[in-house]
Amino acid sequence: MPSIETYNSNAENQWCPGCPNFGILQAVKKAFVDLDKKPDQICLVSGIGQAAKLPHYLRCNLFNGLHGRAIPVASGIQVANPNLTTLVVTGDGDCYGEGGNHFIHAIRRNPNITVMVHNNEIYALTKGQASPTTPLGEKRSLQVKGVDIEPLNMPMIAITNNCTFVARGFARKIDHLKTILVEAVKHPGLSYVDVIQPCITWGTRPVAWYEERVQELGEDHDSGDKKAALEKALITDDTIPIGILYRTEPRSAFAHRYRSEVTEGPLAEMPAMEADQLKDILSRYIP
Amino acid sequence: MKDLNVVIAGSAGEGIQTIGEILSHTLCRQGYSVFAWQEYESRIRGGQNSYSIRVGEEPNNAPLLSADILLALNEGAAKKYEGLLKEEGVLISQNKGTDGMIAIPFDEIAKEEVGGGIYANTVAVGALINVLGVDLETLNAVLERTFSEKGEEVLKANYKAAEKGFERAERDCGDRCPWTLPPRDTRHAFISGNEAIPIAAAYAGCRFISAYPMTPSTGIITALAKAQERFGVFAEQAEDEIAAINMALGAGYGGARAMTATSGGGFALMVEGISLAGMTETPLVIVLGQRPGPATGLPTRTAQGDLLFAINAGHGEFPKMVLAASDPKDAFQKTVRAFNMADKYQIPVILLTDQLLADAHYSFRDFENFDNPVYHLADPSQIEEYKRYQLSPDGISPRLYPGQSGHLVCVDSDEHDEEGHITEDLSGIVQAMVEKRLAKFQKLRSEVNPPEEVYSEDVEFILVGWGSSRPAILEGIELLKQEDIRAGMIHFTELWPLPEYHFPEGVALWTVENNATGQLARLLRSEFGLSFEGTLHRYDGLPLTGEYIRSQIHAQHRNV
Repeated sequence: MPSIETYNSNAENQWCPGCPNFGILQAVKKAFVDLDKKPDQICLVSGIGQAAKLPHYLRCNLFNGLHGRAIPVASGIQVANPNLTTLVVTGDGDCYGEGGNHFIHAIRRNPNITVMVHNNEIYALTKGQASPTTPLGEKRSLQVKGVDIEPLNMPMIAITNNCTFVARGFARKIDHLKTILVEAVKHPGLSYVDVIQPCITWGTRPVAWYEERVQELGEDHDSGDKKAALEKALITDDTIPIGILYRTEPRSAFAHRYRSEVTEGPLAEMPAMEADQLKDILSRYIP
Repeated sequence: MKDLNVVIAGSAGEGIQTIGEILSHTLCRQGYSVFAWQEYESRIRGGQNSYSIRVGEEPNNAPLLSADILLALNEGAAKKYEGLLKEEGVLISQNKGTDGMIAIPFDEIAKEEVGGGIYANTVAVGALINVLGVDLETLNAVLERTFSEKGEEVLKANYKAAEKGFERAERDCGDRCPWTLPPRDTRHAFISGNEAIPIAAAYAGCRFISAYPMTPSTGIITALAKAQERFGVFAEQAEDEIAAINMALGAGYGGARAMTATSGGGFALMVEGISLAGMTETPLVIVLGQRPGPATGLPTRTAQGDLLFAINAGHGEFPKMVLAASDPKDAFQKTVRAFNMADKYQIPVILLTDQLLADAHYSFRDFENFDNPVYHLADPSQIEEYKRYQLSPDGISPRLYPGQSGHLVCVDSDEHDEEGHITEDLSGIVQAMVEKRLAKFQKLRSEVNPPEEVYSEDVEFILVGWGSSRPAILEGIELLKQEDIRAGMIHFTELWPLPEYHFPEGVALWTVENNATGQLARLLRSEFGLSFEGTLHRYDGLPLTGEYIRSQIHAQHRNV
């Protein structure tokens, strides 16, 4: 059985002291303990940003790629090796800004991966510009008169486009987030977890503001009910509902058909084409 | 015999491709060598396009400008392409028109004598077969192969249509069509670049392709998607080229040989990912099918305009390889080589093709005996402590894939240490990592093949070219030879890194390129300090031909 220590990495942590990201890291480790995953069975994929550094702080396989491009990379990894538990660790700038197109198409493609977004409503690493989730009116170095573009609510977009697992967590509720992540990883197909992660340096509001408003979904929430899910996906000035917002029967996952018809295992382990087969194929080009 | 050129012209949607393919296959079956190429407008229906079939006894895989026979499916096509006809050439048209043309109402015959306008194309092929002096049986065998899946009734109607066209041509063409192509024993493979590359990729062990459709590369992913089970290659249409290359990189990191294919505009979007492949040292094959730019340019035409772009693609300094195939056989070989080299050096390898090479069908006497795929993945059982970026004298680190063993595989787009973790240790590992990557370049360079040399001691000048222009340059040299002008060729298909190579001294060099600025010449000038006596460029969207090269030499070469 793995323990939290199983996933401890030697890499030097570059997050600000006290960053809620540490809570997310803890939740991820706890989830892998619960899921009984060995480090070599896990592959974390990330783009650019503070969230994207998380894979380095966890002992596992990792691909730390380009800004916004983690989802296509993870989709490719998942096809190449379906035995890996593949998670995308990304931020709101990374996933909703630079990578917004890939996120939307990942919902369509439905790869069997988990996308976890550290949503701090800000570009933190580049020092505080507005992100696609920064609230209206917020004054920033580039939004000198205040943000006047409506923020995105990606969980709503995901639910309306029938992403079959949509959840929201809170970085300061580690065990609650862990439970969500365990369910997300188990979900066959794209599972998406938006994690409220207030930035303590560049953030718009203090951590306490979020703590006061975060509200765990009760047992009365029917995650299979799309309308109810959409209602809970809304964030108001008073409440931030967290938990599994929407979960429904998974659709056929990306490359599922190929797998059932060609190979179940890693593509790297498929046998090479025989010389005879090549000869046969080429012979068709002699009219 | 002298090579014949048959041009079929008509609007998009009228079926010139069907006619062209059936005729080409019939002539191949008759034992001849065929080179077939198309030029077409960027539209779904309408316009005027042509499909040219060059037929001869030995493979001459370059387009001919002039036509012996022009088959026009409409009046506009006749008008647009009439200029191609040789003096003794024959124009066969669907409609009555100018003097001297032979009118055969394919559509009418199909409707009245076969049972539907849909058979007009086969009527036309039947007529052409007669004009070329080929037996109906050979055509019927091709029709069987083409239509048997559509059922007995359709096949029989096609037989009938061919016969009706054949008979009508027999009656109306008579002495004006002196051609005869008796059956020969030889059989040639007849294949295009976009047909050869997917097969080669599958043979080379490619397991994953993600691409976004873009002319002229679309045929590659289409072929792989169609043969998904047979070839074992997973094919995905990406939302854009950025996703395409990143998905392929994910698959490559995941242990599968992976590729993508695109054209200039899509390649521009992929440049970020090429740099990522360089930094993460992930093997990747990228086919860049060139067409004229900038921007959307001439989307369905041909060019060699992206050589320097390919060589310079990606920010930062890292090794990559750029290959340019000269024909489909070479494209097959180069595709296998691209996968082998990408794997060995853990780099991106760019294979340049262009619309001509992608779409045109070439004939080969022997389309076989290709290099075998060679795999370079490390054996995890031989490794005690695994470091993805372990420093080594030649810069090549053992590569494992995640999940292959208990070893963890960590890769990073940031500068990293040997274990693959982010580093800013400027006085430590950073410089060593830069040197490690560049060390691969030196070793790679020693494996690059030199250019092909075709010249004798007494040449007056040498035409220096690259990629798909090879057959045209060779033909140009032949045509000049008949006029007692002695020209040679130096031809590159491996362009980056440039091989160690010494150009002959005391001979004038001419650059021959399907672009306006002489990109190979610029490359050779900067790398070898060469100077060029003359430039021979074509940049109107059409391919270089032997005749074009000859005429340009006449126009420019003072000594002629």
